[in-house]
Amino acid sequence: MQDAWIPLALSLKVAGWATALDIVLGVAAALALARWRSSLRDVVDALLTLPLVMPPTVLGYYLLVLLGRRGPIGAWLDTFGVRLVFTWQGAVIAAMIAAFPLVLKSARSAFESVDPQFEHAARTLGMGEAAVFFRVTLPLAMRGIVAGALLAFARALGEFGATLMIAGNLPGRTQTLSVAVYSAVQAGDDHTANLLVIVTSVVCVVVLLVAGRLVPQHSLLTSR
Amino acid sequence: MLAARRHIRTLALCASAVAAFSVQSAARADELVVSAAASLTNAFRGVATAFEKAHPNTKIVLNFGASDVLLRQIVNGAPADVFASADEAAMDKAVEAKAVVPDTRHDFAANSLVMIVPADSTLTGPSVRETLAKPQVKHVALGNPASVPAGRYAKAALEREGAWDIVDGKAVLASNVRESLDYVARGEAEAGFVFGTDAALMPKAVKVAAIVPTPTPVTYPIALVKGSSHATEAAAFADFVRSPDGQAILAKYGFRPPAEH
Repeated sequence: MQDAWIPLALSLKVAGWATALDIVLGVAAALALARWRSSLRDVVDALLTLPLVMPPTVLGYYLLVLLGRRGPIGAWLDTFGVRLVFTWQGAVIAAMIAAFPLVLKSARSAFESVDPQFEHAARTLGMGEAAVFFRVTLPLAMRGIVAGALLAFARALGEFGATLMIAGNLPGRTQTLSVAVYSAVQAGDDHTANLLVIVTSVVCVVVLLVAGRLVPQHSLLTSR
Repeated sequence: MLAARRHIRTLALCASAVAAFSVQSAARADELVVSAAASLTNAFRGVATAFEKAHPNTKIVLNFGASDVLLRQIVNGAPADVFASADEAAMDKAVEAKAVVPDTRHDFAANSLVMIVPADSTLTGPSVRETLAKPQVKHVALGNPASVPAGRYAKAALEREGAWDIVDGKAVLASNVRESLDYVARGEAEAGFVFGTDAALMPKAVKVAAIVPTPTPVTYPIALVKGSSHATEAAAFADFVRSPDGQAILAKYGFRPPAEH
């Protein structure tokens, strides 16, 4: 059982951080896209949705080239002593980028389905823009945002290809559940692989059950 | 009339799709699948080309990876005809699993284990142990000893030097020896363990910091897979690898002849 606890804890930590960052960035980007009136809007949306359709290994390779010590961003970060390759922070970046489109799509759809009349009514009652957003728009869009966040968490939990490339296989430090299963299978350690797979399956079922509680089943995949 | 045309078009599309798939999946009867250790990638590509020239009716399909992983593929039914591993341990596992024909097992090459550092590294030390103990060495790339021969050789050598504990805390486990090479070439790992032939492939990106003596010599065995449907061609390929022509190609990539038993 010991073999499974550390990868499980690591997976939950990485997925948790990735989802939290995705919610903040995803909601901000979704709001901007929902309100922005421009022909460039669809192009930007497509670019931001790219990680969803890109093969994870391609995504991982891009990240490795950009964030590696010799890469443009990585070299700059290195001057501050910040290294992302082979760290759990790098794993968070990989999972965050992979799961971002899920929050973006759900949140944007949710914001676009908010009836503007409610927002106008709030303004006529003298509320400032920030108050309108936090007290009218956001609560109305909350269902869709939460649904997107749950999907993002599940995606981040299962992230493998990009994570393996940027965070590597470091037992105890970056060996998440999916990487641990891969490593166990490669080593011919079926016993550990079976244990890890069971733990992962149980966690996934729990996440779905929690999702079912928070958001009624029929609206999990829609914005309403 | 219109509906009929639509049906015919759909039928034609389906038929061509089926035809396309069947053309792609029709395997040629004279294809030989060779599963070889990752470190043999470049050398075996050369050997395969030479073999195909000498045997125009046979096409070689090369499959590279960590030796243990290749063995698991074979044990689980992968249609390989020849298996070449980077250490005797993997081949022993193959014999034990009854995956290869024991009589066809022969050593065909030898290699050296080296510790590499990025080409622009200033890392030096009086011994491998002291070099790796330095605080500036944060990550040491080596193959996962559970599935990669290069990792096994490295672990055995480091254990003998009393350096394994230091490396264990800093180890970045690679899924094959070429991945270890890549980690060091990118500068993500300050040091790594690969074979001499691998290091020679990237002279601009890595340099050899030390040649590491191993408790058992680095030897590559080759054997025919049991139940292969191309036993004669497989035997011909294995013989070619051990022939003077094959050995010359291997030597070009830095491999040495196997030590005489």
